[in-house]
Amino acid sequence: MAITEGQLFQRNRSLHPPAHSPAYKTSALRSPQIPLWSLQNTISEISGPTFKPAELGALDHDLYSNYAKSGDPIGERTIVHGHVRDENGRGVANTLVEIWQANAGGRYRHVNDRYMAPIDPNFGGCGRTMTDENGYYFFRTVKPGAYPFRNHINSWRPAHIHFSLFGTSFAQRLITQMYFEGDPLIPMDTIANTIPDKAAIERLVAKLDLNASIPLDSLAYRFDIVLRGRRSTLFENKLQGN
Amino acid sequence: MTQTLPYLSETSSQTAGPYVHIGLVPSQAGFDIFANNFTNNLLVPGVAGEVITIEGRIFDGSDTPIRDMLVEIWQANSFGRYNSPEDQHKSLKLEPDFRGWGRTGTDFETGLFTFQTVKPGRVGDQKQAPHVSFWMAARGISMGLATRMYFGDEAAANAADPVLNVIEQAQRRQTLIAERSMRDGKPVYTFNLYLQGPKETVFFDV
Ligand SMILES: [Fe+3]
Repeated sequence: MAITEGQLFQRNRSLHPPAHSPAYKTSALRSPQIPLWSLQNTISEISGPTFKPAELGALDHDLYSNYAKSGDPIGERTIVHGHVRDENGRGVANTLVEIWQANAGGRYRHVNDRYMAPIDPNFGGCGRTMTDENGYYFFRTVKPGAYPFRNHINSWRPAHIHFSLFGTSFAQRLITQMYFEGDPLIPMDTIANTIPDKAAIERLVAKLDLNASIPLDSLAYRFDIVLRGRRSTLFENKLQGN
Repeated sequence: MTQTLPYLSETSSQTAGPYVHIGLVPSQAGFDIFANNFTNNLLVPGVAGEVITIEGRIFDGSDTPIRDMLVEIWQANSFGRYNSPEDQHKSLKLEPDFRGWGRTGTDFETGLFTFQTVKPGRVGDQKQAPHVSFWMAARGISMGLATRMYFGDEAAANAADPVLNVIEQAQRRQTLIAERSMRDGKPVYTFNLYLQGPKETVFFDV
């Protein structure tokens, strides 16, 4: 009588934005209209790519330094750290965490960003790290600025950092955004408000963590992330993925 | 009194936004930062199997190709084994250097995406037809879209595939099947996706 890992927990879609959120105008033409087909997980969904720390460069997790050309980037020296767990509360070890963000003025280093705020010659705005054996991660950066976007006439994004995560199953794949505690733009942000559940939005807001700050050096924020959990297949003696 | 079970709630998804390339395909954003980049070329020296190209476009509800989409694929090797600790089908050969995963952004001008890889085998218990898992994210898409690509030259395997067969409308199964053609003597599978309209692709809640 084996207890083996089974399928992922069914996703609670009420915690996620609907594909079509009318206030987020771009979603109108980019949202499937027919309901998603529910797919019982097979080995194709339960398996997922793995990455090795050796694939990353020594400064990949240090956005403060990884594009510094003539000096340091402008902005608040900031550390972001947190714990990646699954819905069972278990730390997700050795998983790739990728991040990208605007500079302190709210400008992205991207050929398509036309915002008038200046490019910072010493800031790239992207980084990546892996969680440790217990699921913890951290990186260093500068706090991004707010920026306008073309949705309503006067739409502004709160300061945010984009996160991409893998977990151990391709069906755990997740892209999300982290916000900063106390930002007055969050309650009126079109993107945050695509999430119908206020408590779920609150969980995207990183808390100032003075205990993790480095005195006379950097402020720290804590952002914990939860990926989908897995079912234990009780009283079934079969191979994973069957 | 009711018990509260100690499960956590999954972190909510948010759109990848228009600048997803900075983080995930920095060369497309217009700069070079990492020594080692993840790309659309899954091939590694010595990998077994037929070398193929997968390409296509993703159309929005106005039939316009989406030119800022992140596209990722995940597949087994030609023996049908996934390079993942979750795949314990030890009778199928594992090729440790073939990750089976790649990513790209659709072209800013044409909307085309391209992958270089090998054609996967039948996975696991061998009941499924050869297929490639797709995952896509972009501005205007609040949560990544998951689907599968099957191979047009595998008609018998496709007809018996348990996932294709769960799709009620037989004509909708066709939205997941890529056409095979030859270009310069090399096989190309064309896989176009439609987010809306009469040809809307089947997307899965995985
Ligand atoms: Fe952004």
